[in-house]
Amino acid sequence: MDFIIPLLILAIPLGMFLLLGLAGMKMSHKLAGVLGTLGMGTVLVLSYFTAFTYFFSGNPEFISEAGVRLQSVIFNQEWLAFTPNLVISLGFLLDPISAMMLIVIPTISFMVHLYSLGYMHGEKGFQRYYAFLSLFSFSMLGLVVATNIFQMYIFWELVGASSYLLIGFFYTLPSAVSASKKAFIVTRFADLGFLIGILILSYYTQTFDFITLTSDPGAAFASTAGATFMGGSVLTWAMVLIFTGGMGKSAMMPLHIWLPDAMEGPTPVSALIHAATMVVAGVYLVARMFPVYLAVPFSLDFVLVVGAITALYAAIVACTQIDIKRVLAFSTISQIAFMMVSLGAARPEFHECLGYMASMFHLFTHAMFKALLFLGAGALIHAVHSNNYTQMGGLHKYMPITNITFLIGCLAIAGIPPFAGFWSKDEILVAVYSYSTFWGVWMTLVAGLTAFYMFRVYFLVFWWNEPEYHHRPHDSEWTMSVPLIILACVSVVAGLIPFGKFVTWQGHEYIIHMNWVVAGISIVVAVIGIIIAGVLYLRENDRPKCMADSCRWLWTAAHHRFYWDEIYLFITHKIIFNGICRPIAWFDRRIIDGTMDGFAIVTNKASYAIRNLQSGRVQNYVLVYLIGALLLAVITAWCLA
Amino acid sequence: MFSNILIYFVVIPLLMLGGLALCRNIKQIRAVAVAGSLALLALSVYLLVDYLGLRAAGATEPMLYTDSWSWFPTLGINLAVGVDGISIAMLILSAVILLTGSFASWKINPCPKDFFLWLVLLSTGVFGFFISIDLFTMFMFYEVALIPMYLLIGVWGSGNKNYSAMKLTLMLMGGSAFLMLGLIGIYYQGGHTWNLLQIAQSNSIAPDWQRFLFPMTFVGFGVLGAMFPFHTWSPDGHASAPTAVSMLHAGVLMKLGGYGCFRVAIYTMPQAAEELSWIFLILTGISVVYGAFSACVQTDLKYINAYSSVSHCGLVLFAILMLNTTAMTGAIMQMLSHGLMTALFFALIGFIYGRTHTRDITKMGGLMQIMPYLSVCYVIAGMASLGLPGLSGFVAEMTIFVGSFEHADTFHRFFTILACCSIVITAVYILRVVGKLLFGPVQDDHHRSLTDAEWWERTSTITLIVCVAAIGCFPNFFESLIRYTFSPEIFAVIGMN
Amino acid sequence: MDITLIYYLVPAIIMFCCGVYGFITRRNMIAMLISLELMLNAVDINFVVFNRYLYPEATEGMFFTLFAIAIAAAETAIAIAIIINVFRAVKNVDARDIDKMKN
Repeated sequence: MDFIIPLLILAIPLGMFLLLGLAGMKMSHKLAGVLGTLGMGTVLVLSYFTAFTYFFSGNPEFISEAGVRLQSVIFNQEWLAFTPNLVISLGFLLDPISAMMLIVIPTISFMVHLYSLGYMHGEKGFQRYYAFLSLFSFSMLGLVVATNIFQMYIFWELVGASSYLLIGFFYTLPSAVSASKKAFIVTRFADLGFLIGILILSYYTQTFDFITLTSDPGAAFASTAGATFMGGSVLTWAMVLIFTGGMGKSAMMPLHIWLPDAMEGPTPVSALIHAATMVVAGVYLVARMFPVYLAVPFSLDFVLVVGAITALYAAIVACTQIDIKRVLAFSTISQIAFMMVSLGAARPEFHECLGYMASMFHLFTHAMFKALLFLGAGALIHAVHSNNYTQMGGLHKYMPITNITFLIGCLAIAGIPPFAGFWSKDEILVAVYSYSTFWGVWMTLVAGLTAFYMFRVYFLVFWWNEPEYHHRPHDSEWTMSVPLIILACVSVVAGLIPFGKFVTWQGHEYIIHMNWVVAGISIVVAVIGIIIAGVLYLRENDRPKCMADSCRWLWTAAHHRFYWDEIYLFITHKIIFNGICRPIAWFDRRIIDGTMDGFAIVTNKASYAIRNLQSGRVQNYVLVYLIGALLLAVITAWCLA
Repeated sequence: MFSNILIYFVVIPLLMLGGLALCRNIKQIRAVAVAGSLALLALSVYLLVDYLGLRAAGATEPMLYTDSWSWFPTLGINLAVGVDGISIAMLILSAVILLTGSFASWKINPCPKDFFLWLVLLSTGVFGFFISIDLFTMFMFYEVALIPMYLLIGVWGSGNKNYSAMKLTLMLMGGSAFLMLGLIGIYYQGGHTWNLLQIAQSNSIAPDWQRFLFPMTFVGFGVLGAMFPFHTWSPDGHASAPTAVSMLHAGVLMKLGGYGCFRVAIYTMPQAAEELSWIFLILTGISVVYGAFSACVQTDLKYINAYSSVSHCGLVLFAILMLNTTAMTGAIMQMLSHGLMTALFFALIGFIYGRTHTRDITKMGGLMQIMPYLSVCYVIAGMASLGLPGLSGFVAEMTIFVGSFEHADTFHRFFTILACCSIVITAVYILRVVGKLLFGPVQDDHHRSLTDAEWWERTSTITLIVCVAAIGCFPNFFESLIRYTFSPEIFAVIGMN
Repeated sequence: MDITLIYYLVPAIIMFCCGVYGFITRRNMIAMLISLELMLNAVDINFVVFNRYLYPEATEGMFFTLFAIAIAAAETAIAIAIIINVFRAVKNVDARDIDKMKN
């Protein structure tokens, strides 16, 4: 494949960022928005073309004669050579998962660009907003097509920075500023683990290259045999630390705290970055390194356990939030945890790593329906000017388009056939059950909770009781409705894509067989969840309040997200800030600097002590001189004698 | 003598001094300062191109353009010059910062003429230092670069300037005392020659003497490189210094320390460096984290930046002590990167201080709404400092970390990981400042009437940002320029394993 | 009675000690100047006497003394000028008050 089109996929958003960033202030809002959207549209077309070429052209670059999909490096430009072996290249790797992401990212990004034309209309800094969106799209695309782990790290940092800029878009609001800061620092902390992981891995394998690492892990890791690092095997450390980076970006426990706060950013940004694309980077990372993870079973188990705990935690918390975007944020955490669990449960002996395929499938469908839900939430917020659903209710009468699309999104995430989420979630459950019944039951429970909390939100917003609206809410303009409708359609049909034909471990084609037992269980659980939500929240009543009162402590704890933020605040402010930084600053001023000043003071004092010898009176000098001369004479005489 | 291109790096500043002495008004002064520093920049870029050409044509000596003129034959003192990729990188850095510093002091008050005279004298020392390969002339230029600092801070500074100027000068002089001792020892032990290349190639200093002389020279230069615990001149000095002086000091003078540590201490005494590096690794490793933690609680912008410099310069020395090609290349990259971005920081702080008349971050806020241009530049500088890919900090730090990780023993691993932690702490203090200073609501209503950057301020900041981005986007060019000196072949020439 | 060297040297040393004592103890600068002259003259006597008794054929001691007398005159003139100027400045010729250089 020619390198021009892939290069353009990266170059256009970057160019658009530079153009809008440097010249944006001279442009009108409309021009900047249209330029950004057109640029993204072009990228959309080009990346669809690339992905379709990859999947359907039958080009021997991309598919072997036996029908195995290959990893193909379109271009790879050396960027920075640390040593002859360790070279960071900037390149473009095309394989099933990156081709899939080439569909997901431009699609969602384009929808968000289009949607923002209406949503952000008239906001101060509109041009800046589009510049940042372009920067983000560039970084995210660069991340997924990375040919080596360091390129991924580079773009990993760049998406972090663009996420920081976009969360803090309303920079005059202190809450947005602190949320953006928190997001950056928490992910930075995770990236520290990622970086150290990369360093360990690259030291032993002497390569950054994904293909070298993943095509034959056994050979690549021959040098690590028996090598230990701080008590553990090197490879285990490396893979767990690299996964830490993924935990940060993908908001896994205990590094999840930034994601709910990140909802301070504009809603379309939440849809793009904090629901569909950037937060799945962690999943993508594990998938990208999957053969390496397979070589270290402990690290996969670690992924599974972290994912499973996070999934349950986030689902419980989501049931008690009153900010609609926070509910969606926790639901995102929970769904990403599903993908993690699925990867953690993938083993070659169980349906040839079904979990890998299921995880990518869920990533794909989740991106679509979660973006839909967020954009729908944006439409709601736009209509009633509040994030709290206590200010909403009965909106199905006023906003039919939003109502239907949101409902589709909820059905999809709840896992009701034939909507997209059902198919992918079912595959995940099959994969997990085949690995371990315990975790299978666990995840089924979480799936039920998912249905419950999503429909809780749905009923509370669109049914329940109608509060007094200052002005009548209504559906949004076409730029906002069209993306909703498109995404809703995709959410309906995406599950029917024969995903196993395209994205599987090692590229073999895989026919999805429905496991109707698991599917039946998950449907039943989801329906039960929806029914409970309906009973509680369809019409106004005091059953929810009674339920919350009956176990008040649990409700309060969940409402406060089990006090994770408070714990972090305690650690950062009380321990690190007051316990480390301040003492160090004090130590520096008083002890270190005090010692230096002490030298000066001692010198100074000593000088003052002997200065009186220099009285300035000539007679004193003469006297001292005489005494000295006499002494000298005496000594001389003594010596001569 | 004048057939050697390098000598013009000293001649041009001297001509500038003469020109400045004849100036009658501020316009002429500015013209001389800008023209001179542009000439220096052009000269250094020309040198770079010519150097690359020579290397491409197959020149394999450690240093090119070497030349030597006898100066004081009785003691064997020569004016010996020569450069390699590192020196050229440093010369370009100095020229860029002198240029931007001249723009940043466009409206210096009072006595602009004297200010520029001292500033140019200081840069004479800097340029002379980087082209010298004779230890004695090197030391002389080093002192020429240090002394004007006293007057520049004492006269044109702000705040507690007498104290700071005195402290800075005395501490650096204290370092010079160690250094002098070390250099004289090297002269006598290294075969009665001051010539660096000869000393390095003969590698004749006895190991026992190396063990004594290495710490002397390393500490001597390390004081200027803000090595813990000799860094305390840096916060006070920078806080009191006028903008251009802070820029030159943090941007270039602190690099003299790192450059000297490598060029003199390690270059001439590789065995002792290997043997004793662990002591200084501990100290510099502490510097890295300690500076970053200290920066987290400061409220004065310049203090924050000074402590951040302690952290970043600590990383330079840390990497130099790793004694392998990759880490040492990273160290020089970090010197370039830190020089540029810290100059950018100090320029911006100076511009902001010139408007708000305070540097206390608790008394400012929401500057993004008032002076968007300066604020955006500040964010870019911050991003460079916390290591955003595409800007210079990232490539330098990553090279250092990858290089440091080549040591597989627990001691080096521990300190490398400790140093890696600084990327998180850096993010904390940078974002803290950005959040408090630039974002949020406007803190002080008097600030609302302030204006954004003037053209000369824009010129200064844009030049620096372009350089920072150039290093960040095309690191391989700079790294290959530097790496030649650290290649195993040259190591072999200078007696390193 | 034979007049030997010692007969000259004793008065000279008495004169010199008087000069030293006066120079150290007197506060008045004019008196200090007079003491200085005493010391100088004591030295002059020694020069002349040593010359006469030890090296009668040489004349350097004599010349030296003549020089010293001439220089002492010039020096006295300068010293008086300084003292007068000091007096104009501080209205005093007390040596204890002239310690500006100390501070």
